[in-house]
Amino acid sequence: MINLNYISAEIFISLSIMFLLILGVFKNNSSNIVHNLSIGFLLITGVLILNNNSDDSVTLFANSYIVDSLSSLMKFLTIIGGAFVLSISKKYLKISKIFLIEYPVLVLSSILGMMVMISSNDLMVFYIGLELQSLALYVLASFNRDQLKSSESGLKYFVLSALSSGLLLYGCSLIYGFSGSTNFNIIGNSMDSTHYGLTFGIVFILVGLAFKISAVPFHMWAPDVYEGSPTSVTLFFAIVPKVAALTVFIRFLYVPFFNMIDQWQPIIIFLSIASMIFGAIAAIGQNNLKRLVAYSSISHIGYALAGLSVGTNEGIQASIVYISIYLVMNLGLFSCLFMMKRSDQYFETIDDLSGLSKNHPILSLSLLVMLFSLAGIPPLAGFFAKFYIFKSVIEQSMYFLAIVGLLATVIAAFYYLRIIKVIYFDTEKEKYDTDHSIWLRISLTISTLLILFYFIFPSKLVKIISGINIIQ
Amino acid sequence: MNFPILSSLILLPTIGALFLLFSKDKNSNTGKYVALFTSFVNFLISIYLWYLFDLTTSSFQFVENREWLKGFVNYKVGIDGISILFIILTTLITPLCIISVNNTIKVRLRDFLIAILIMESLMIGVFCSLDLVVFYLFFEAGLIPMFLIIGIWGGERRVYSAFKFFLYTLLGSVLMLVAIISIYWIAGTTDIVQLYELGIDKKYQNLLWLGFFSSFAVKTPMWPVHTWLPDAHVEAPTAGSVLLAAILLKMAGYGFIRFSIGLFPVASELFTPLVYSLSLIAIIYASLVALMQEDMKKLIAYSSVAHMGFVTLGIFTITQQGIEGSIIQMISHGLVSAALFLCVGVVYDRMHSRLIKTYGGLVSVMPKYSILFMLFTLAALGLPGTSGFIGEFLILMGAFKDNFLVAVIASFGVIFGAAYMLWLYRRVIFGNLINKDLLKIPDLDNSEKFILWSLAIPVIFFGFYPEPLINTIETSVKDLIEMYNYNLNIYAFEVKSND
Repeated sequence: MINLNYISAEIFISLSIMFLLILGVFKNNSSNIVHNLSIGFLLITGVLILNNNSDDSVTLFANSYIVDSLSSLMKFLTIIGGAFVLSISKKYLKISKIFLIEYPVLVLSSILGMMVMISSNDLMVFYIGLELQSLALYVLASFNRDQLKSSESGLKYFVLSALSSGLLLYGCSLIYGFSGSTNFNIIGNSMDSTHYGLTFGIVFILVGLAFKISAVPFHMWAPDVYEGSPTSVTLFFAIVPKVAALTVFIRFLYVPFFNMIDQWQPIIIFLSIASMIFGAIAAIGQNNLKRLVAYSSISHIGYALAGLSVGTNEGIQASIVYISIYLVMNLGLFSCLFMMKRSDQYFETIDDLSGLSKNHPILSLSLLVMLFSLAGIPPLAGFFAKFYIFKSVIEQSMYFLAIVGLLATVIAAFYYLRIIKVIYFDTEKEKYDTDHSIWLRISLTISTLLILFYFIFPSKLVKIISGINIIQ
Repeated sequence: MNFPILSSLILLPTIGALFLLFSKDKNSNTGKYVALFTSFVNFLISIYLWYLFDLTTSSFQFVENREWLKGFVNYKVGIDGISILFIILTTLITPLCIISVNNTIKVRLRDFLIAILIMESLMIGVFCSLDLVVFYLFFEAGLIPMFLIIGIWGGERRVYSAFKFFLYTLLGSVLMLVAIISIYWIAGTTDIVQLYELGIDKKYQNLLWLGFFSSFAVKTPMWPVHTWLPDAHVEAPTAGSVLLAAILLKMAGYGFIRFSIGLFPVASELFTPLVYSLSLIAIIYASLVALMQEDMKKLIAYSSVAHMGFVTLGIFTITQQGIEGSIIQMISHGLVSAALFLCVGVVYDRMHSRLIKTYGGLVSVMPKYSILFMLFTLAALGLPGTSGFIGEFLILMGAFKDNFLVAVIASFGVIFGAAYMLWLYRRVIFGNLINKDLLKIPDLDNSEKFILWSLAIPVIFFGFYPEPLINTIETSVKDLIEMYNYNLNIYAFEVKSND
């Protein structure tokens, strides 16, 4: 008898999606209530996950679904990210005239897909979760369908993502063909690691996954989609799917294929170095903040992958710490973006930030903290994130990766500094509106304080994450 | 005795900055008084610290040890004879900087004071920290306020200079970070006291030394990575230049003594010729460049490069005189260069020009200013009776002991130093008063007099009576050199027994 308690969160969120759909269809003008309810449901889901959090791992449905400390933490991050995205983007949606019931429902479905991905212990389950989240994301990207750019980005994302899903599926079938199963544990046990077929399978799956987290050289979609989508969707793209995809990365590499580390390690190192350097260099010429965030997220994913390439529990933990801090930094950064509004129009280029510090000192201080943290300057949280990564990388004597990565941070520092320069050194423009919603203020305050004062209690986060030991 | 006196030294300015942050008015004098008060209290605490300090031991005192990054890095601070002087220098210079903002900073005074106070916290932290990671944290965090100080309140090319300063320093430091993390995996700890005892395996020392060197060489700055310094100095506001010259550059010298010599004796021995040559180039080249400058701030900036060349030279002689001389030279240069930048600031506030040719004949308009300026000029060129002499003399003495040729070449630097400083003085102060605008400018006001005299007094006092300085550092330096030689012998012995 399967204990359904372990998947109560997934069951609950599916029921809420259906309920919200029915409510939205039958009640007039229900966007507001659906939006608020969805945030509430997400929080309840979060509580359910915490409730089931146990240290030992449990597998369900013929070993195809796993609930352990890794999945609980990552699901929790996903849900927190989703809840924040929904709560701070309400006003933006209203002003952009896309405040519809479908929006929260789609966000919830994509989160459901990610939860399935995170917990998957089987290639089939993983693929179902992946497609569920991708389908919802295609629609979200083109949600502002009256705008050419938004539709374009949705279409672009759909075409490229479908291609990568195809590759991924091909990889799955190869692995199934050469190992006789789609289950991670069985693949791991019965594997003849000398076989080239398996290596090809791994490569195809890695390509698919790298596309989802926009690692170089599979990043081409990211800048266009980030720029074209509504800002709230960009925020969602920037943080939540990355958490899920990174979890799959961890599980896929370290459960079935850990003894093939020689085969996949160079691939991950290449993805990591290419992302770090390309993300840093390509961002220099950008003037649109959303595009810039796309490149910056590419380079940040490079650092998270550097942690994964190490092949130790410490490396995995460092990656998880990195992605958690990255999530908070981006929440703060986008909260600032949502505040750049003047008479119902949002601004999103760097020039619009000019002289911000004179009119809005608190907002620019928060931005300053976020940007220096993204650049990895101590004592802000972003430094510690990088510090843990390089600690685990150097432990395995991978000096080349460490030095390239750190040099890339210097290049990346340049474009963050450029934004700070515009904010603090340039002449001021008109003031922005200050009638922000309370949620926006709260999220900005929380993220700024977390990033700024992380150094006082740096062990708290690490302590939670140190329970995650994928490699036995 | 368990009162965390060092942590309170570090925290106090930050608390003052927080007060300022939450104060309503942005440009009134209240903010200035708050900042002045906190930094002055900090100065008193550091003097009291000196009074409590036990001169007879070289082990670290006032040590605080708290768990920080669990099972990996502890927040550990403590001071010995070397670091205490730098702390006092920091706490002395900061209040003077805050007084000097009167005439220089016209916009966003409150933000400026916050930046200065946070900077003070971080600088004290650098000199106190007894853990490599904690040190790196303070060392790097200083970039943020300094970047803003140069960029917001600087001159015309401030953006370029601020970027150059930030990126140069960051580029140097990331390699130090790699070295620090490697030390953790090689030795199992980043605690300096434990590392001193354990020693670091010889085969890793060279690369690690280079990692640290890349950071300190940029910060010192040594030739050829010194080019950020003139830019940063010229564009920074007066208080920023003062902090840069007086304290930020000393972080690197301190780092050389504490880490390069202390942790990597074998590598230090190997790389001594490199440091010697770079130092000599810095001394000669920077002096010659200084001769040609038309901008006063730039001239003093290049003289800083030359003086820091003496410091690195002295440190790597690994003699008692050389290292003591370097420390005294750093303290003295901290006082003198700060005073010189303030002197330039005084005339800049009045004439809004840093070019030497704007001036000339100031002696008849500003007699008091001319006297003080002369005093600091003479101190900068190392006239006996000023603190500058003691440092340079000891360094050259140490250098003669170690390498005759190096010492001779370095001595030329002293002559060049006299040349460019005196020529600067002659062109600015003496000569005919051609520029008629100069006739209207007032002599020093009270606050300027106060600032300059509070720098002049220690310069003269320690010039005649350097005992207190030497007593403070003597035991620590002696033990450092003993440890250095002891470690070298052990490694030499290992090599022999392996053969």
